[in-house]
Amino acid sequence: MIVHSMNRRQLLSWIGKTAGVSAMYQAMSSLGFAAESRPMSHLNFSGAPKGASVLILGAGLAGMAAAYELSQAGYKVKILEYNGRAGGRCWTLRGGDTFTELGGEKQTCEFSDGNYINPGPWRIPHDHHHVMEYCNKFGVALEPFCQLNYNAYLHSTQAFDGKPQRYRHVQADYQGYISEMLGKVVKQGALDDELTLEDRERLFESLRSFAALDENGAYKKSLETSMRRGFAIDPPGGLGPSTQYSEPLDRSALIQSELWEHIWKGQQLRHMSTIFQPVGGMDSIAKAFVQRVGQFIEYNAKVTHIDQSDTGVSATYTVNGEEKVASADWCVCTIPLSILGQIPMKVGTAMQMAIRAVPYDASIKIGLEFKRRFWEQDDTIYGGLSYTDLPISQISYPSSNFGSKGAGVLLGAYTYGPNAYEFTSLPPAQRIKQAVKYGAQIHPQYTEEFANGISVGWHRVPWTLGCYGMWTEETRKAHYENLCNIDGRIVLAGEHASYLPAWQEGALSSARDAIQRLHNEIVSTGA
Amino acid sequence: MNIKRLVSTAIVMCSAMVCVSVSAKEEPMFSSSGVFVQQEGENIYRALCQGCHMPNGEGAVGAGQYPALAENPKLGTPHYAIFMVSKGLGGMPAFSQMLTDEQIAEVVNFVRASFGNNHTDIITAKDVTPFSN
Repeated sequence: MIVHSMNRRQLLSWIGKTAGVSAMYQAMSSLGFAAESRPMSHLNFSGAPKGASVLILGAGLAGMAAAYELSQAGYKVKILEYNGRAGGRCWTLRGGDTFTELGGEKQTCEFSDGNYINPGPWRIPHDHHHVMEYCNKFGVALEPFCQLNYNAYLHSTQAFDGKPQRYRHVQADYQGYISEMLGKVVKQGALDDELTLEDRERLFESLRSFAALDENGAYKKSLETSMRRGFAIDPPGGLGPSTQYSEPLDRSALIQSELWEHIWKGQQLRHMSTIFQPVGGMDSIAKAFVQRVGQFIEYNAKVTHIDQSDTGVSATYTVNGEEKVASADWCVCTIPLSILGQIPMKVGTAMQMAIRAVPYDASIKIGLEFKRRFWEQDDTIYGGLSYTDLPISQISYPSSNFGSKGAGVLLGAYTYGPNAYEFTSLPPAQRIKQAVKYGAQIHPQYTEEFANGISVGWHRVPWTLGCYGMWTEETRKAHYENLCNIDGRIVLAGEHASYLPAWQEGALSSARDAIQRLHNEIVSTGA
Repeated sequence: MNIKRLVSTAIVMCSAMVCVSVSAKEEPMFSSSGVFVQQEGENIYRALCQGCHMPNGEGAVGAGQYPALAENPKLGTPHYAIFMVSKGLGGMPAFSQMLTDEQIAEVVNFVRASFGNNHTDIITAKDVTPFSN
């Protein structure tokens, strides 16, 4: 695991040096923290003592997965959940849903029937084995999530007079020009010491194929390059207007634009196709778990104290102002560390310090509904993402119900860093207003077609106090194992107790690992 | 204490108080890179801090809480605030990568003189540097 995080650091350092701080920050937030996701391990719960009970704190995916597996193994389980619903950050907002954020502002989602936004996790990489296997096991239907759309836009306020450029133009031309330049370098003999003659010849061939270069190695307007970047006038049927090839972007303008900084995003491990989303909303996964463990959940329970002794655990909690106590033999605690650090808990210093070593990151998501899918009807963009240097960072178009005639919802903003704090610090109505104002620079149709919006600034979410646990290399080294180790009768689980922060895969893999170790402990102590 | 600095700070505070009602209608400031663009203490507070600590420093309570900055005795000396903003602790993130020492000084001065806090000792970037490194 250490090797992976060093690779990430090297990569980030290169990005930081070559593309600037903002690109590095983007990389940090969207890179997926480059930890390998492991295949789902087989759980062995043989020897579970009859009647042994486990109290689970939190009915997010980690808590519900723990409850599911433990109850299947014969343990008695009870779950305490702060919200009036299960799923935690596995959450979908639809028309009629309301959400009150810290500070008291209440938003009501006004989306039309069938439209939704996933304000938390929204994508399932193919190699997130735990998520994929539970979806498969529970019959949660998945569909492809369109991550990379060559016809979507790349936009910079500083380049091409602020005019959005098609991804396919930027990508094909960047690929074309760098290949052309490399071909020249090879021909000029600069790589004669690096490469054998055979390698140089083969490399030159590869560049021609890779970038549609002509026989002299030039990247220019032609049938071949138009077949990559698009035509100025598409080939007609019958006697329609003649085909016209398109002119590549000005090379210097392209290089200076920095729009090429978006190309790697669709290529990275956690975004590469095929990538999935549950049909109808991410909370399909939560609902599938609730079908199986819902009977164990007590809702609207705010945990205020966690205690343990040689013989058991107990959690004090309030439900509608009334104080109650839940007791059990063992405890799996999945409460986010941002909150857990404030709850008196009878565990050793090492775990206490670990819990308090992890702040939570800011993030903002804004869902916008428009009267029609203008991005499909006018811009021929079906799913995928447009990127921009505006504070909204990206616009994501829905990956399903293509061609539908009614209102459509897109993700109008999703970002981290200073802009996430700035959006979170605004009243909800102003967040929407800003997202519409910025998006209109890419899609002028925004102004006319905007219907309504809803936003989630994660630091204002009352049950997470932030988006995800932010570890550093130093804090991982000093605290991670202490966080994960069982303390007496209590074990922690959740995305914060994983090397896949902010991913559901982190939560699920963490829960399975925690309960296996807990079970092993239970059996070995004979308690 | 530097009287000139005290007077100019008082003037800034007075105009800042006027600005509170005006800025709601003004365009919010958005940063355009990995660091915060706001330079004045109040602007930093409005862009960054109030997301958690709320517009009047009242804090918030959910499953966990954000402490109130209003009339908070821990602001009696500047050092606790400088440390918290620079290095973070528990749920409070560290902001020394996103704010300069000057910006941290500005926002600490603002908070210690606002929301019922009346501390008039001003800090500068020099006071922040030992903490932000």
